[in-house]
Amino acid sequence: MMNSLTYTVIFYLFAAITVFSAAFVVFSRNVIYSAFSLLFTFFGVAALYVFLSADFIAVTQVVVYVGGILVLLLFGVMFTKGIMDTEVKSDVLHIIPGTLILAGIIGALLYTFYTTHTWKPSETQLHGSLVERIGFETVSHYVLPFEMVSILLLAALIGAAFLARFDKPDNKNS
Amino acid sequence: MGNSLNAWSEALVGFTPMGLPLGLVILAAIPLVFIALYSLTYGVYGERKISAFMQDRLGPMEVGKWGILQTIADILKLLQKEDIVPTSADKFLFVIGPGVLFVGSFLAYAVLPFSSSFIGASLNVGLFFAIGIVAIEVVGILAAGWGSNNKWSLYGAVRSVAQIVSYEIPAAIALLCGAMMAGTLDMQKITMLQSGSYGFAHFFLFQSPIAWLPFLIYFIASLAEVNRAPFDIPEAESELVAGYFTEYSGMKFAVIFLAEYGSMFMVSAIISIVFLGGWNSPLPDIGSFALNAWTNGPVWGVFWIIMKGFFFIFVQMWLRWTLPRLRVDQLMYLCWKVLTPFAFVSFVLTAIWVIYVP
Repeated sequence: MMNSLTYTVIFYLFAAITVFSAAFVVFSRNVIYSAFSLLFTFFGVAALYVFLSADFIAVTQVVVYVGGILVLLLFGVMFTKGIMDTEVKSDVLHIIPGTLILAGIIGALLYTFYTTHTWKPSETQLHGSLVERIGFETVSHYVLPFEMVSILLLAALIGAAFLARFDKPDNKNS
Repeated sequence: MGNSLNAWSEALVGFTPMGLPLGLVILAAIPLVFIALYSLTYGVYGERKISAFMQDRLGPMEVGKWGILQTIADILKLLQKEDIVPTSADKFLFVIGPGVLFVGSFLAYAVLPFSSSFIGASLNVGLFFAIGIVAIEVVGILAAGWGSNNKWSLYGAVRSVAQIVSYEIPAAIALLCGAMMAGTLDMQKITMLQSGSYGFAHFFLFQSPIAWLPFLIYFIASLAEVNRAPFDIPEAESELVAGYFTEYSGMKFAVIFLAEYGSMFMVSAIISIVFLGGWNSPLPDIGSFALNAWTNGPVWGVFWIIMKGFFFIFVQMWLRWTLPRLRVDQLMYLCWKVLTPFAFVSFVLTAIWVIYVP
């Protein structure tokens, strides 16, 4: 449908968006700009999921991270007093341990990549609509973890509602 | 049928002169041109006329016959206006806000089937995508509200976002009922499942009596999602000057309104697709008089979905001039204590209906 050159160009475009906006999140000294830059990071990651033909996860990424977490983050940032005045400390501290950890992680990743040589394709190939498979597997093969997660979420919801509840004053005079 | 289904849009995607994906750009531009034209004619002019008739006025009458050229005059005026950015505003967020807002409302058009042979992307997660992508719009509203550096704007943005995020829940559960009746999230397949020679009788709304409940819940929630009255507290003129777009003028203001009209048609199209058969003709075959067969086809499909969408936009405008605005706490009460429980009830009832009633 699309030729491979266009495909590659679009892929690198989204990869660049993801990486540059993520770098901006880290290096920006303004919390608001960091938070808004996170939008492009999440969106770029969602696009990369599409390239892995995981379209359901891509949309879930947008729903959960952009619709939920980013909005919560922005609300939190906006309701903080004097947010524009505070400078975020993003100076480099502990240069030597940081460099060591960085070198170690990159070394380990490159070692794994060069010793295994090839990408390992999954044994089960993807066929047809993925959403139906996800739904089917969730309520058949993985029903116990699914139910456990839903109970955990329910407990978290009840806890959040309890914490946010407005306490009525006991005495009517106050 | 599945292969020839999106033939036209797939052929357009394949149109790549000199290796450039020009067809892809043209495909994306078609809904854009549609939004611009429809907001220009039906959106702005129609809304002014409809509101005028509801209040026993005449509306715009000066420019052209019955004032039909009024919107073009308005656009010319908006284009000539100075592009003002307030000095105390956050320049970057102020400028990017309307853009992000419009992109958010426009992205859902990628999965709307406009006819049997035209859909941007026939995703198997189409409906989920259309619900979820509204999140981008939320970030645009926050950028516009915060970037204006104005307390009315910020309050408007916070109200709007709280409202959109809350009403997404009953809206999504109500649409899930439709998706459950169809057994798929692909909007093209949902539409195809509602076609048949009896016309409207095949629509999900008339297939099950329970479907009316999610239909009404989604309609109410969609009003809140596009900030229309009676849920227009984000731009309540009497409290906040104009909400999150108080500081905007000129073409940026026009872009915000384009986004609003874009999402109005988007929710109207979604409700038509999920419950009212999308591009299927509502006319039934009467005996050998094949009315349904005559009024179905790729071009008729475009006509039907746009007409169904316009009908719901008309109802949205009608309600705007009929109902008073809700208070913030009433709004949240309606969402969490009325619509959400009823959405769950309709979800369970639809599940029982789908399993036990053929």
